[in-house]
Amino acid sequence: MFLDKTTVAKIARLARVRIPEADRDRIAGELSNILAFVEQLKEVDTKGVAPMTSVVAVSLKQRDDTVTVIGDRDGILANAPQMEHGFFVVPKVIE
Amino acid sequence: MASLTTLSIAGARDGLRAREFSALELTQAHLAAMAGARRLNAYITETPEHAISQAAESDARLARGEARPLEGIPLGIKDLFCTKGVLTTAGSHILDGFHPPYESTVTANLWRDGAVMLGKTNMDEFAMGSSNITSYYGPALSPWRRPGSAADLVPGGSSGGSAAAVAAGLCLGATGTDTGGSIRQPASFCGIVGLKPTYGRCSRLGIVAFASSLDQAGPLARNVRDCAILLRSMAGHDPLDSTSVDRPVPDYEAMMGRGAKGLRIGVPKQYRVDGMPSEIETLWRQGIDWLKAAGATVRDIDLPHTKYALPTYYIVAPAEASSNLARYDGVRYGLRVPGASIDEMYELTRAAGFGAEVKRRVMIGTYVLSAGYYDAYYLKAQQVRSLIARDFATAFESVDLVLAPTAPSAAFAIGEKMDDPIAMYLNDVFTVPANLAGLPAISVPAGLSADGLPLGLQLIGRAFEEDMVLAAAKTIEDAAGFSHGPGGAR
Repeated sequence: MFLDKTTVAKIARLARVRIPEADRDRIAGELSNILAFVEQLKEVDTKGVAPMTSVVAVSLKQRDDTVTVIGDRDGILANAPQMEHGFFVVPKVIE
Repeated sequence: MASLTTLSIAGARDGLRAREFSALELTQAHLAAMAGARRLNAYITETPEHAISQAAESDARLARGEARPLEGIPLGIKDLFCTKGVLTTAGSHILDGFHPPYESTVTANLWRDGAVMLGKTNMDEFAMGSSNITSYYGPALSPWRRPGSAADLVPGGSSGGSAAAVAAGLCLGATGTDTGGSIRQPASFCGIVGLKPTYGRCSRLGIVAFASSLDQAGPLARNVRDCAILLRSMAGHDPLDSTSVDRPVPDYEAMMGRGAKGLRIGVPKQYRVDGMPSEIETLWRQGIDWLKAAGATVRDIDLPHTKYALPTYYIVAPAEASSNLARYDGVRYGLRVPGASIDEMYELTRAAGFGAEVKRRVMIGTYVLSAGYYDAYYLKAQQVRSLIARDFATAFESVDLVLAPTAPSAAFAIGEKMDDPIAMYLNDVFTVPANLAGLPAISVPAGLSADGLPLGLQLIGRAFEEDMVLAAAKTIEDAAGFSHGPGGAR
């Protein structure tokens, strides 16, 4: 096992996905199998190999540094689960 | 006119221009076929009013002699493409009720050229899967069955609804996206053609992101020419996607006729994997013979890091996914599950909104990117990815194209391979390398398995040489004479 249930709880917290206590052992097993599968990369000698950063060799295009205004507040807010007075509404953040 | 749903895109284009039938008739024939095939669950959302109004506009343009390249051609759109004002789900519960306020660039390009949207096709949740079973909206089914069997088969994934719809005559062509094989594998399973273009050939703007360095949009259609026609409209530079490439879009359809004469084809010995069914080996050899007969030369090539492609993919893709999917927080769109604090609201929303496979990948991605593990997993995987790309670059010094199977098996039944995520991941063993290297690749139906199901062959080309990929695919298509359809000959 690469992961135990405590680590699963920690990852779940980092990923903001609630995983019930009862499921943590099972998920630890599933994730461990995947990590065991990717473990074979350790055999590859990558000394001095640059990590891939861009798969197609192109230089990024530049654009004029100008302001673009989308200005569709109502269109964007239309999908909000909860909105008021033109703002997204979330549970209280500051005590 | 049932035959309207069996036309090719090229055939429909000719028929519309010759006024043999109207765009409205063509669209209505497809809407009727969709209504009669809901058992397949190929569409998550059907958009008949939208389709009829686009078709009416097409008829008006045809009458004025102002037809655009895809005038009146009815298409299915994978539900990963944002369509303005039309429900877009990515196959996930977490995007409940999401009506994008903007249109993806690829679909906007299709409407600019006159295409008609029939609806949004089913898919694995967030494009994570190879069978379409991870969709929140239930699996799409393949229109194919093993002769004499009533078992429902998977259409492949993640573009499973698109592939099923194309194969079943529920659209003339469809869009898909391919992150690790999600266009080519379902095309192979459903006996149709699917093309993943070079990374950067199509804009990713408005495509719900899975793994941004791998995702690429492409067409699924019933023949190679139709894929060439669709790609020309879908491709092109987009100032709003800095990874889309500013190169002219060639007339792929015109270039496709060059044939395979003089082409140098590489056959990678590392793709002969243990346990590969002999019928796939036989089909592969048949493909070699077809290309040789058409004037190509064939040689063995070495792609020494092939066996590391899948483990590399299962680090890079989940890492990028965990980052991309961080945006689903219940605040701005989609599902929200209330919580006492904002953190609890995030955690409960994401627990309810994501399915098991998506959670698994988000957690793997979070783990491999977390402090202390980044170098061992993510950095290592990106280094191996460089070696995989280098393998191809070296091979392409002596060959023009790589020929391989698309998938290690024909379609399997719903319920098979479902318990073991790794067994499911192995579906993509032949398709993932082209994504990691950013190369164009196509699956073309080449024969039937012993139990009567379609099998595809795959051609991989150099970056931006889709024209050559399509030309060799056309050669295989012509030689194979694949005329099988799910209901017998098409």
